Amino acid sequence: MATEVDRQSDTRARDLGLSDQDLLDMYRTMVMARLCDEAQFRLNRQGKAPFVVPVSGHEGCQIGTAWPFQKGKDVFVPYYRDMGICLVAGMTPLDVFLAVFGKRDDPSSGGRQMPAHWSSRQLGIVTGSSPIATQIPHAAGIAYAIKYRGEDAVVGSWFGDGATSEGDWHEGLNFAGIHRLPVVWYCENNRYAISVPLSKQMAVKDVAMRAEGYGFEGVVVEGNDVLGCYEASKNAIDKAREGGGPTLIELKTYRFHPHTSDDDDRSYRSREEVEEAKRNDSLIVFANYLRQQGLLDDDAIESTRVEIKAEVDAEVEVAWKAEDPSPESALDHVFADVTPSRADGSSGGDTNVKADAIGTTGGEATPADSPEEAPGEEGSDR
Amino acid sequence: MTEKNVVQTVHDTLWDEMQADDRVLILGEDVGARGGVFRATAGFLEEFGEMRVLDTPLAESSIVGCAIGMAMHGLLPVAEIQFADFIHPAFDQLVSEAARIRYRTAGDWECPIVVRAPYGGGVHGALYHSQSIEVFYGHVPGLKVVVPSTPYDVKGMLRAAIRDPDPVLFLEHKKTYRLIKGDVPDEPYEVPIGPADVKREGDDLTCIAYGLMLHHCLEAAQRLQEEAGASVEVVDVRTIAPLDKETILGSVGKTGKAMVVSEDNRTYGAAAEISATISEELMFDLDAPVVRIGGPDIPAMPFAGPLEHYYMPDVDRIHERMRQLAEF
Repeated sequence: MATEVDRQSDTRARDLGLSDQDLLDMYRTMVMARLCDEAQFRLNRQGKAPFVVPVSGHEGCQIGTAWPFQKGKDVFVPYYRDMGICLVAGMTPLDVFLAVFGKRDDPSSGGRQMPAHWSSRQLGIVTGSSPIATQIPHAAGIAYAIKYRGEDAVVGSWFGDGATSEGDWHEGLNFAGIHRLPVVWYCENNRYAISVPLSKQMAVKDVAMRAEGYGFEGVVVEGNDVLGCYEASKNAIDKAREGGGPTLIELKTYRFHPHTSDDDDRSYRSREEVEEAKRNDSLIVFANYLRQQGLLDDDAIESTRVEIKAEVDAEVEVAWKAEDPSPESALDHVFADVTPSRADGSSGGDTNVKADAIGTTGGEATPADSPEEAPGEEGSDR
Repeated sequence: MTEKNVVQTVHDTLWDEMQADDRVLILGEDVGARGGVFRATAGFLEEFGEMRVLDTPLAESSIVGCAIGMAMHGLLPVAEIQFADFIHPAFDQLVSEAARIRYRTAGDWECPIVVRAPYGGGVHGALYHSQSIEVFYGHVPGLKVVVPSTPYDVKGMLRAAIRDPDPVLFLEHKKTYRLIKGDVPDEPYEVPIGPADVKREGDDLTCIAYGLMLHHCLEAAQRLQEEAGASVEVVDVRTIAPLDKETILGSVGKTGKAMVVSEDNRTYGAAAEISATISEELMFDLDAPVVRIGGPDIPAMPFAGPLEHYYMPDVDRIHERMRQLAEF
């Protein structure tokens, strides 16, 4: 009964245009990110995954902010902690673990990059690197191209609090402000850049304050409030799509694990602080909300977890058994028009035969180079 | 066919490419109302408008970084770095990003940008308007680095660069801008990125160079021919990376003697790579040690006339070493 009453009085989700199914799907995606995280840490400790980047603690702000984007049209420019963003964009646990194991069919990089360096052209996820904030000017440039081409797409660009100290961050936001570009900037402020606390990263209270310096709006949102994140994001995306320019959204959040599997956070933050943050876990907060709404009960919460865990575990197995890249394929894809055997530098005459074949510089730039066969595989005695 | 200097050729080629394809756009400092500090984009703003001719903030990293984003979303940006000396803030964007986007996505994404930059000395540009930067980037697989030195090559290679599906660093020697003139066909054509070019045929020795030094070498070769009857073949490198070893080795294999001339600091320069390649491949064909000429190993080119002159290899110096090598 109480549930019914609460539900009547809380029209927040409905006001945002979110159906019950939307809410349940959002919750499932958050759980999936959490369980992928648990699995990848387990694999790391088992020695099967050399390096992993945790997401736990950021699920609420990631799923909340990514949800209002239009898949197939909008562009995602994530950073390495953004597993949740990429799951919303359409990646699967299988995709996550193909990268964790560095497999040939890892959609992000074919096993070339460390895990969590997300990319999929098909899903509109833009490739990123490890240097911090280099993707910010890319997001601005993509948004410029969107405006130039008269499209109504929007770019979402996510980064941590440390990124805001980089020159590229300033340059990218400045460019976006000057041209009023259709891009939304999301700072997942978890209070630490590896070990360096906010107080040594910036002299201002909120990252969002900096938006004023670029001529657009800055917004602060509680990162564990999924619907609050959704609402701020949706408003900013709508504004950007209508030509209103960028918004900087700061999401106050926390990471539960060390920076990566190679970090030890006990040297720079107390266990009490971490435990306190975990009490405000967005999964707990959102589950309680859904319980209040009568959409989930304890049994359903447990069965959701069991069901998704089985899915994740199954995909881990598939990924583990997937093909490795062939060693010689390390030479592929340096240029579009140099054949792999000539990229090894071992023999003279590796001039590229410059292509008249570049219909690809074409607007809808199509990848011109996908050698179907991995060279050197045949006859290799490795 | 029209006789043009190098910078006029850059201007006209960009103009043609902008007219031919509306995915091409220009961005950089002062490229709009000012038309570029060397006037390479004079009149572009009026013709093509603000959306296609962007006066950017004074921020080189994002000039390249934003161009990368534009290229990943279907445009063909031509970024101008006002002086090559100022490109260093964009090193990360060029090396960590542009060069690796194809590679790190196993060919899923590509990055067809062109970054133009005037480089080189001899114009009283001192430490920060004279630098040669080609080897910083020539060392990075995934980037194409081109150094055309004649109006004909500038037109053909700029067109090729804009149509190339990979990132191209297009370096223009600023001393050649108004010094070097030549006939340029009026119709569009491409000079492929990659192949070097024999600019003067000869049998006695091979001189390998690019940029302003190419023209000094051609003059020195002519002088040596007239004075001593020596026949010098001059190879224009044209593309620093990927390097056309075949043409270079073919020429040196024929003449048996090689000198490599570059105005960059000598140590670890392009001439070092070319010399090493010759030594590796042609040891038993060589009649003399490979000669390498470059600038001295000082941090950069100084301003005062005597200091600048001391830095820059000139026709006399090249001619003297050429003569010694011919007589070896």
